[in-house]
Amino acid sequence: MKLTLFVPCFVDALYPQVAVATVRILEHLGHQVEVAEDLNCCGQPAFNSGCWLEARPVAVRVLDKLRDAETVLIPSGSCGAMLRRFYPELLAGTPHEAAARALAPKVFEFAEFLVEKLGVTDVGARFPHKVTYHDGCHSLREMHIHRAPRQLLAGVRDLELIEMKQVVCCGFGGTFSAKFPMISTAMGEVKCTEALATGAEYIVSCDSSCLMHVQGLIDRQKLPLKTVHLAEVLAAA
Amino acid sequence: MTAPATQFKAAARTLAADLRHRSLIQTALGKYEVKRDEMKARFQDWEGARQAAADIKFEAINHLDRYLEQFVARIEARGTKVHWASTAEEARQIIVGICRDRRARRIVKSKAMTAEEIHLNHALEQAGFKVVESDLGEFIVQLRDEAPYHIVFPAMHLTRGEIKDLFERKLGDAPSDNPEVLTMVARRVLRQEYVAADVGITGANFAVAETGMISVTENEGNARLTAALPRTMITLVGIEKIVPSLADLALFLPMLATAGAGQLLSGYNTLYGGPRQPGEADGPEEFHVVLLDNQRTALLADAEQRDALHCIRCGACLNVCPIFRNVGGQTYGTTYPGPIGSVITPHLRGLQEWKHLPFASSLCGACSEVCPVKIDLHHHLLQHRRTARAAKPVWWEKLAFRGFALLVNTPWLWRLSLALGRVGQKFHGLVKGTKLDPAYVWTQSREAPALAGQSFKAWWRERGRGTTDHGSTGRRTKDQGPGTKNQGSRVTSHESRIPEERPRRSDDGRHGA
Repeated sequence: MKLTLFVPCFVDALYPQVAVATVRILEHLGHQVEVAEDLNCCGQPAFNSGCWLEARPVAVRVLDKLRDAETVLIPSGSCGAMLRRFYPELLAGTPHEAAARALAPKVFEFAEFLVEKLGVTDVGARFPHKVTYHDGCHSLREMHIHRAPRQLLAGVRDLELIEMKQVVCCGFGGTFSAKFPMISTAMGEVKCTEALATGAEYIVSCDSSCLMHVQGLIDRQKLPLKTVHLAEVLAAA
Repeated sequence: MTAPATQFKAAARTLAADLRHRSLIQTALGKYEVKRDEMKARFQDWEGARQAAADIKFEAINHLDRYLEQFVARIEARGTKVHWASTAEEARQIIVGICRDRRARRIVKSKAMTAEEIHLNHALEQAGFKVVESDLGEFIVQLRDEAPYHIVFPAMHLTRGEIKDLFERKLGDAPSDNPEVLTMVARRVLRQEYVAADVGITGANFAVAETGMISVTENEGNARLTAALPRTMITLVGIEKIVPSLADLALFLPMLATAGAGQLLSGYNTLYGGPRQPGEADGPEEFHVVLLDNQRTALLADAEQRDALHCIRCGACLNVCPIFRNVGGQTYGTTYPGPIGSVITPHLRGLQEWKHLPFASSLCGACSEVCPVKIDLHHHLLQHRRTARAAKPVWWEKLAFRGFALLVNTPWLWRLSLALGRVGQKFHGLVKGTKLDPAYVWTQSREAPALAGQSFKAWWRERGRGTTDHGSTGRRTKDQGPGTKNQGSRVTSHESRIPEERPRRSDDGRHGA
C-alpha cells in the first residue's frame, strides 16, 4: 500500500517528533511512506474564520498535490476532518468539487488507519505511565474516531488508561483561541481539571493542536501534567 | 464591533474567569447529565428516537403551510380565536389589545420563551398591566428584574442563599434557605395571583395540527392554573411548534423531558383544545392563540439552515456547550442563548449585528451530538461565519489569510519563515505576556509553543540525503537505521526506535512548551 503522509504545518514546525514517530511506526509495520513535502497546511484557519475565498487556493493546491495518492495519512484528526469532511463543502459548486469528493475517502487519521485499515492494535510499544485520552472534537465528531486510539493504547505495555468523566473540548478551536482568549482559557482549565482528577501523568491525544493548547496552560499554571501525541506513545518502548 | 458584540465580550471575559460561577454551573449541569443519561438508557433506541423526531419535524416544517391551516381550522372549530402575528410588534399589539378589550388589570403568565423573544412583559407593563411570572424560576428572575439565564432553568445561576435574600428583600418573607420553604413562600404569593388575574398567558411546547391542540409541558402545575383560573387565556406560539399528529407527542413528550431535564416525563403535560365548552365545569371563557412568525418564515426560506426550526427548545445543546458552561446564559444578551441561540439569533435579529455569536465557538460539535431533533448546529455556525464574511469582508483578515495562503503554498517561503521565527522567538521572552507581545491574545493566559530546532521536513530531507539509494524525490522506503523492521524482529527499545534521528528540539522534551 502506498502511503502519503500529510504533515500539518504546526506538526512540521512545532512537533516534528510526532511526524517522525508516525513514519517510524509505519515503516516498522513494513509500509513504504512518502511525504507530501510541498504541503504545509490544509487551509482550516481561513475556512473556520469564514474566509472561504482565501481557504480555497490552499485546498486546491492540496488536491493537486495529492491527486495521485492512494492513501493519505494525517497525524491530526482536525486536519484530517478538513480534508475528508470539509473540502467537499468548501469546494462545492467549483470545478474542484469532484476532486475533493474523490480525495475524501482516501484520507485517514493515523490511529484510525492503524486500527481500521491495517487491523493493527499492538505495535510493540511500552509506556510505563498512567495516561488519560483526550478526544479532539474533530477526531471524535467529524472523523468518528473513538475506539481506535483506545485500542492502540490498550496494546501498549505497562500503560494504564484512565478515562476522564466528561468528554469536553479543550478550548482551542483554532482562531477561536485568539478571538475569545478568555473563554478558550476557561475551557482549557476545565479540561485540565478533568485530566488532573484522573491522576494521570500524561494526556494523550491524536491532535497536537489540542495538546498545544492544553500544554500552554499546563506550563503557565505549572500543573503536574504532561501531554504527548499517541504516535509518540506508540513509538516508545 | 457591534454593541451586542462588545457587551458579549466584556461579560464573557468576566464570567469565564469567575470560578464560583464555573463551579456552580458545572455542578448543576453535571447532575443533569447523569439524570439525562439514565433516562436516555430507558429508551429502547435513543438514536432511533432522535431520527424519528427529526423526521417528524422535517415533515412538519417542510409542509408548515398545510399543517398550520389544519391546526387553525381544528382549534377554531371549538371556539378558539387565532391571531396571526408577522412581527414581534404585531404580536405585542394583539396581546395588549386583547387585555385592553377585557378591561384586564392583572395578568398571570407561565413560562414562554416566545414571550421573552417579543419582550411581552415590558409591553404589557408599559400598557399599564401588572404581570406576574408563575414559573418558580421565572418568578425569581422577574423579582431580580433580569432575563432568564437558561431557556429551561431560568434561575440556575442562583444559590438558595441568594434566593432567600431576594425573597426577604422583595417579599418580606423568607424563613430559611430551604428550597421547600422558599417554594412555599412563592406558592402563597402566586396562588393569590391566579385568583386575582383577569388574563392568563402561556406559551406552547407543541401545536398539534391533527387535533388542533396546544401542548404545554411543565413541572409545577403553574401553567395549568395560569390557563384554567383567569377568564381569558392567551397562548403565544411560534409557528415552528407544529407537529402533524397527536401520536407524535408520544415521542416528543418523553424526548423533551429526557433531553431537557433528565426526566422520563415532565410533571404535567396538558393539551388545550379550546375555551370552556358547554357543560364543562372549568377552563377559560375565552381562548386566544397568537401564532408568531417574527422571521421564522425567512429562516424557512433558507434551505441550508431551515432545520433550525426543528428546535423543541429543550436546552440540551446549552447544557453540553462548553462556551455556555463558561460564560453563562445572560452573557449572550439574546432570548435564546447557547448553540441554538447562536444559530437562530442571526436569523431573528440580523447576521451582521450578531455574527460574533457564531464566531464564539470552538466548533466542538457537542451540541449537534445531543440535539434530540438532530439540528446540525455547529455546522450552521460555520455557515454563518462564511455568509457574514462573504457579505462584509474584514480587510485585514482577508489580507492575513491571503498572506497565510501564500506562505503555506510556497515551500521556500515556509522554510524561510520558520528560520526567521526561530531567530525571532529568542527575543520573545522580552515582551512575552505584555501588550507589546504580538502573540498577546495567546500568551496573556497560556505559554506559547516553541518552534522546534529542526522541522519535520528538514529532518526528512536530511534523512533522505543519508540514504544513497533514494534521491531527493520525496519517496523512500525504509531507512537502514536501528529499530526498523530490518530483521523482521519486533522493536523492543525506545532508544532503538527513535534514536539520534529525532529532530533537534528546542524545549525540554515535552509535547508543548
